[in-house]
Amino acid sequence: MLAIYKREMRSFFTSVIGYVFLVLYLAVGGAVFCFTTLYAMSADVTSFYLYMMIFSGLILPILTMKSFSEERKIRTEALLLTAPVPLWSMVLGKFFAVMTVFSGAILVNSLYFIFLTPYAFVKLAILLGNLLAVLLVGMVFISIGLFVSSLTENQLAAAIGTIAIILVFLCIGLVNSLLPSGYWLRYIFDCISIFSRFQSYTNGYFDFASLLYYLSVCAAFLYFTVRVYERRRYHG
Amino acid sequence: MTPLFLHYFIKMRVLLIICLYLYVIISECTITPRDGKEGLVEVLDIMIKVENLVKRYGANYALNDVSFEIEEGEVVGLLGPNGAGKSTTMNILTGFLAASSGEVEIGGVNIKEDPIAAKRMIGYLPEQPPLYPDMTVEEYLGFVYELKGCALEREAHLEEIMGVVKLGEVRKRLIRNLSKGYKQRVGIAQALIGDPKVVIFDEPTVGLDPKQILEVRNLIRSLAKSHTVILSTHILAEVQSVCKRVLIINRGRLIADKKTDELARTLEDTVIYRAKIAGPEREVLSALRGMQGMKSVTATGEKEGDASAFLLEGARGIDIRKPLFRLLAEKNYPLMELAPTGTDLESIFIRLVEKSDASADGARK
Repeated sequence: MLAIYKREMRSFFTSVIGYVFLVLYLAVGGAVFCFTTLYAMSADVTSFYLYMMIFSGLILPILTMKSFSEERKIRTEALLLTAPVPLWSMVLGKFFAVMTVFSGAILVNSLYFIFLTPYAFVKLAILLGNLLAVLLVGMVFISIGLFVSSLTENQLAAAIGTIAIILVFLCIGLVNSLLPSGYWLRYIFDCISIFSRFQSYTNGYFDFASLLYYLSVCAAFLYFTVRVYERRRYHG
Repeated sequence: MTPLFLHYFIKMRVLLIICLYLYVIISECTITPRDGKEGLVEVLDIMIKVENLVKRYGANYALNDVSFEIEEGEVVGLLGPNGAGKSTTMNILTGFLAASSGEVEIGGVNIKEDPIAAKRMIGYLPEQPPLYPDMTVEEYLGFVYELKGCALEREAHLEEIMGVVKLGEVRKRLIRNLSKGYKQRVGIAQALIGDPKVVIFDEPTVGLDPKQILEVRNLIRSLAKSHTVILSTHILAEVQSVCKRVLIINRGRLIADKKTDELARTLEDTVIYRAKIAGPEREVLSALRGMQGMKSVTATGEKEGDASAFLLEGARGIDIRKPLFRLLAEKNYPLMELAPTGTDLESIFIRLVEKSDASADGARK
């Protein structure tokens, strides 16, 4: 797992992909910070992180798109699949690599709030809660991206497919918030909406059920990825 | 409002999810225990054991009931026309593909029951070497070393392998910029990392120039001293020069499993000789036709001075060479050349494949 993790990290930064991602993420992060916080004259971190969360959904596929499709295209997956390592360690290695780059970017973004400390009081719990929310939602995006990437050898298709799925989740979240509470459809949407579960974090509370939810969805998609490979072993 | 089952589901969801987790973890981690008996029965000498291997894609059989055993230290050539099932066989042996049915044992370990242990014994070079173009040779081999979780001393082991496949001078270069021959060598190096007992090469010399082909063959020959080697190819000279045993696969079936030098004898057909005899062509021809035990004589029309070439086929079970010599000596027609045709691996291979194609077609009708 460590070997695959290290190779993935290296490949992000020997190709342009890692840099493109970081530049875009930090630049957009800076712009969003200006608009939601500096120009709005507010120390409310929640809207900043909400925008960043949605932006992550659009840009994380850049990192995940090549994870498996590239291996499949240049036939290096034969090396990984015939090496004495279990499938899940291959998937986890790649997952943690993307996760590292993503958390690095969002952590650097969070440093912006240090500049606010002389002027406004940002509650640490709320800041950390928002950060955790973005990380958890990003984690789910990454696992979706990896799953879609394992389905195709076309990187572009993987990226677009991932964005499409993430947008569907986003729409479900938006529709869900419009539904009257207690309406039965809402319970179903609650189960699949990744966007309506982090409120307690953004209010500065730790919610174990939500943590478990995000971990589960992420684990489910990673597990699907493993199954895709298992299936391909049997059906070519 | 809320249907009852949803209500319960919502109440119990955390519990359900935890149960799901446990189920997945348990089902993924369960290792089928191997019973002790197996270990006692297994013969140590047999390195690879394949039993009734079948690989099906829908209604198509890529492999149909293939069985063979390979002993430790053997060098075996897997031969067959393109699309015959060579790569499929190798992919199943290495665990890249799963068989539809049948068993594969590597060094006594069933690849289904303990894939990790079985894979640890195998070094594999697929048809297209699995190289990352964005890494240098050294980085790449280091990655493979870590990936395979080698216990050998890192620097010394990588140094040794780079020495064996002669990669020293390109070690700092990006794989993307290497020539085809070097890429192939990196692929071979990758297979040798971790000093596996079995090395499997899928068409190792395809696309190399003649000098590189010789080098790779020599390399394989030197590996054979300490490894079990399986090598697939459709170049027969390769098998002849490197392998002691040949498995011929056609249309997913094993059609021959012989020692390389025994293969010629397996065909019951008579040998056709090509002879160059000096003398007037027409008279020689009639003298030959009159010879006892001669089945057919044809003049090829090829001439060298006063000598002309003939194809001679004796009757079944008769060696025509001695009577031929006596006849020609008696008539004073000097024999300039006499050579058997059709006993080289090439024509044996083609005849075997045609025979199996014909029988397969016959069976279908």
